[in-house]
Amino acid sequence: MLFGTNPFFRWSYVTSQWSQIQGDLVQHIKLSLIAVAIGTAISVPLSILAWRYRVVRTPVFAVASTLYIIPSLALFVFLGPLTGFVASYETAEIALVGYTLLILIWNTVAGLEAVPADAREAATALGYSPTAALVRVDLPLALPYVFAGLRVAMATVIGLVTVTALIGLGGLGQQITYGFTIGYNTPIIVGLVFSIVLAAVFDLLLVGAQRLAVPWSRARRPANGEN
Amino acid sequence: MHFLSQVFDWFTTSANWSGSQGIPQLFWHQLELSATVVATALALGGGLGVILGHTGRGGLVAVNAANAFRAVPTLALLTLLAIQPAISLKWNGFLASWLALTALAIPPVLTNTYVGMREVDADVRDAAKAMGLTGAQVLLRVEAPLAAPFVMAGVRTAAIEVVATSTLAAYVSFTDLGTYVITGLNTNNTVVAFSGAILVAVMAGMVAGVLGLLTRAVTPLPLRRRVRSRLLSTRPGLA
Repeated sequence: MLFGTNPFFRWSYVTSQWSQIQGDLVQHIKLSLIAVAIGTAISVPLSILAWRYRVVRTPVFAVASTLYIIPSLALFVFLGPLTGFVASYETAEIALVGYTLLILIWNTVAGLEAVPADAREAATALGYSPTAALVRVDLPLALPYVFAGLRVAMATVIGLVTVTALIGLGGLGQQITYGFTIGYNTPIIVGLVFSIVLAAVFDLLLVGAQRLAVPWSRARRPANGEN
Repeated sequence: MHFLSQVFDWFTTSANWSGSQGIPQLFWHQLELSATVVATALALGGGLGVILGHTGRGGLVAVNAANAFRAVPTLALLTLLAIQPAISLKWNGFLASWLALTALAIPPVLTNTYVGMREVDADVRDAAKAMGLTGAQVLLRVEAPLAAPFVMAGVRTAAIEVVATSTLAAYVSFTDLGTYVITGLNTNNTVVAFSGAILVAVMAGMVAGVLGLLTRAVTPLPLRRRVRSRLLSTRPGLA
């Protein structure tokens, strides 16, 4: 017997522990949304600078790539001496934001580079200043790419939040570590299924937001099928 | 500064460099696990990607299924496998970690291989056929070399993710560099946790660097610039 006395899933756990699960779900959503929001606020201006000035591009990508390669658990621990090792929201958020940067900057810069030269020339011919052209032509045309980046970043962060369970936060990751500690399948399944549902819901919301923000363009798949 | 000097002391304590819990041994464990996982993922994901890309059938379904699977949190998969009696104690926790991490590593390899195969110019493929090459020859002499840079990019992505996640394998009783981090955190020994984190980050950087060079090495010379810009124009191969 693969599962022995440990049933694969016991529904009564969900009903009896619902308030706890709900709390974990809320924490998961909060941690994810804050990370992506701050990540966007940082990466859009950085992307514009990296796109405009070659000098900025190299260091920006170097730092973002380095942050990206460091394993999440290690990054949480690196921040520990500064922001606290246990249950520190600052530690979790700084690290999570770090992971969104490369994804968001990469996509935003790609989007800005993909703006057709014709569109920019037309804007110049119409007398737009560089700033006006940026705000009214370049950024709107780059939006499909930005949204593609947001979708990947959101999915990545929702997955990574579970790891923060190892530093005392975790959202749904707490269900996972709880299930592991007591050797019980159900909480792990709960954490797993709700994480997937959460990722799917936020992906749909982002697709919807994109339809509203970029009505002239169909939702773009993130980068030719990758992820 | 006091904290960092303690970390320095930990690294310069010779006892930490020897024995079954020493740095070299645990470094090796993690590298062994990661290499096994990536090799398995390359065989399964790469093999499937080549077949689907070569025949051109069912590819999108497989790629989408593989990508949907990426939403599964690895920690959940790892812990779930690790508490099944049939798996948990096998090979000192190696089996559970191997299975969970392989599931994580297949999607990027499969997707990139498939994309690489589809990126091969149809004219080139037709020209090869017109010159009398058989299907297998087209695959080995034309499609494979042209797709290799993409496959390697997928392998690099997978390897970076696997090294990062193999740190979590320490949580489910596999012993590797993550063990320093996990036990350090659990026993409130932040110096050990921090030192372990440095080792894990160093390993991740090394793997990323080596595979980056390898990607360059397998890229046919005339393609280097084009593939580079092609890869750069998409998102980073990481998730």
